[in-house]
Amino acid sequence: MYRSNVLVCGGTGCSSSNSQEIMRRLEEEIKKKGLDKEVNVVCTGCFGLCSLGPVVIVYPEGSFYSQVTLADIPEIVEEHLLKGRIVKRLLYQETIDKDAIHSLTDTPFYKKQKRIALRNCGVINPEVIEEYIAMDGYSALGKVLTEMKPEEVIQVIKDSGLRGRGGGGFPTGLKWSLAAQNDADQKYVCCNADEGDPGAFMDRSVLEGDPHSVLEAMAIAGYAIGATQGYIYIRAEYPIAVERLQIAIQQARELGLLGKNIFDSGFDFDIELRLGSGAFVCGEETSLLASIEGHRGEPRPRPPYPAVKGLYGKPTILNNVETYANIAQIILHGADWFQSVGTERSKGTKVFALGGKIKHTGLVEVPMGTTLREIVEEIGGGVSDGGKFKAAQTGGPSGGCIPSKFLDIEIDYDNLTEIGAMMGSGGLIVMDESTCMVDIAEFFLRFTVDESCGKCTACRIGTKRLLEMLEKITGGRGEDGDIEKLESLCHYIKDNSLCALGQTAPNPVLSTLQYFRDEYVAHVHDHHCPAGACKELTIYRVLPEKCIGCTKCARNCPVGAIHGNVKEHHFIDMNKCIKCGVCMENCKFDAIVRE
Amino acid sequence: MKSLAELQAIRDKVRAQVSVREGQEDRIRILVGMATCGIAAGARPVLTAFIDELEKRGITNVQVTQTGCIGICQFEPVVEVVTPGKDKVTYVKMTPEMAVRVVNDHIVNGNVVQEFTIGAHTK
Repeated sequence: MYRSNVLVCGGTGCSSSNSQEIMRRLEEEIKKKGLDKEVNVVCTGCFGLCSLGPVVIVYPEGSFYSQVTLADIPEIVEEHLLKGRIVKRLLYQETIDKDAIHSLTDTPFYKKQKRIALRNCGVINPEVIEEYIAMDGYSALGKVLTEMKPEEVIQVIKDSGLRGRGGGGFPTGLKWSLAAQNDADQKYVCCNADEGDPGAFMDRSVLEGDPHSVLEAMAIAGYAIGATQGYIYIRAEYPIAVERLQIAIQQARELGLLGKNIFDSGFDFDIELRLGSGAFVCGEETSLLASIEGHRGEPRPRPPYPAVKGLYGKPTILNNVETYANIAQIILHGADWFQSVGTERSKGTKVFALGGKIKHTGLVEVPMGTTLREIVEEIGGGVSDGGKFKAAQTGGPSGGCIPSKFLDIEIDYDNLTEIGAMMGSGGLIVMDESTCMVDIAEFFLRFTVDESCGKCTACRIGTKRLLEMLEKITGGRGEDGDIEKLESLCHYIKDNSLCALGQTAPNPVLSTLQYFRDEYVAHVHDHHCPAGACKELTIYRVLPEKCIGCTKCARNCPVGAIHGNVKEHHFIDMNKCIKCGVCMENCKFDAIVRE
Repeated sequence: MKSLAELQAIRDKVRAQVSVREGQEDRIRILVGMATCGIAAGARPVLTAFIDELEKRGITNVQVTQTGCIGICQFEPVVEVVTPGKDKVTYVKMTPEMAVRVVNDHIVNGNVVQEFTIGAHTK
């Protein structure tokens, strides 16, 4: 038995800030002090507070050390692990209140969260199946196989009110029952781990932190619909997640939790990985299935839906990673328990990846119905660098913007759709006053233009033309009537595309037009960018009354566009200026302005 | 995997390891004084004796942790057993053999080992 557990985050965020090396040093140092029989160092998944990484938690005290460096390791081992004295200077500041140290779960970041899908992330070692089992892992599968009929399983999922977490919000139980009703010699259970939205990393974190929860849920789904084979379609750009899934599948097979005759019930189920090469369209279900079959990732018309004719023409269910991560908990705790969390029409929780201009960049899971204000201001710690909240973008390139007047809206599928945004897979990007909404729309459009598969003309050419129009507007060449043209093209693309990629591609434009039309008007009519973000519409100018001629701007300008003698007023040559803003950042006298 | 019992066996075995990571208020805490004075007097073998004995008996609801000097250095190694809802018991001049007895008598059976306590020593 170990008296102490030292948890080191091995998620992608902390790994990229060297947590693997930190873990190695911890083990080394602990061994040196002769504590290796008493202290267990565990690599876990994401704790959520990615902006404070690398993160190390020491139990039983629950001390949360943030931004740990290699140089801090000897002190943690010597003081905390050997002598039992918590190293206060390294603690996450919000866990310290005057002199008392309170638990991480009492900090604003965690207090409002409810972790169902992420329950094991940052708690267990994802590469050790026994730790998952110790947290009641695979007992839902055991219960289902030994005590429940397939139709009972589907009924529980239906009663729970669980809806697809990939973005669409289709009732999961209904999807399963449709596939169960179709008789076939072979059916398939697939998992959509092709998380493609810029700024979204929920699914990756679940797979990195708790891969077995997805495997267990897929086996349960297989039993419910009568399938014996599962596929996880995951992008090859997620190397840590792929590796941990491979380990997890291997361990589950060794223990007989995947394979033949699981729990002696006569039920066979196995799972294989299929690596995608990162095409956004392959997150769309029919494209994804085509890609698993080895064809080009292109959508096909529906119906027939995959539940009728899916992979290899057989009935197939396809659910998102986060949806699966909820399944075992629903089976263990019952539909009523799940029903008790959330709003009337959206049950349970939702995981969001917080990004953009926010203090606590990271991963959070909140009950449905939590307001945007709670997520941004309380959990997220507010807008970073003292900025003012302007809007939040949800749903990535398919979603829309939520302006500040809707900060108090309760977040669920229907409320978001109503105001022209969407739940999406869960990326939530916060923007402050320095963000230009036309520029944001252009950014997402550039993404969809790259990612359109090219099958439908409306999407392939329409998005390209849309992008050109936006470039014209942000480039200061906008003319009267451009906004109206933009709008009608948006609707044309939406109406004439086969799959969700094209149908939702104009959403960033439409929703910014809906709430920030004045910014478009300013760009087109006044050739002015109110946020000062569009380079071609802004100029930098030196204020003669404030400039003392210190020459700092001139020395720092990367293109030599600033001229002037010492102790004399400087000026910027706009023909050379690349509008990088370095001069403004460096001026100590606020003598340079952007207009 | 052939049965739920088999799964349960694995679960029970590893449970102790992961339960340390959950904040449980109702667990018994064994605090071993590990300041310079404690370590010099031989607190480390006492600490490991506690851990080994608890593991041998499969006891999972007890947390073993170190603490600093409580000011009675002449009595080190000092061990405090804190049971929720009960008075704290302070054992002094502990040895690994005494630790085993504390686990057997006090932790398992709930009988405080009177002759090891600070009360017995200061009489």
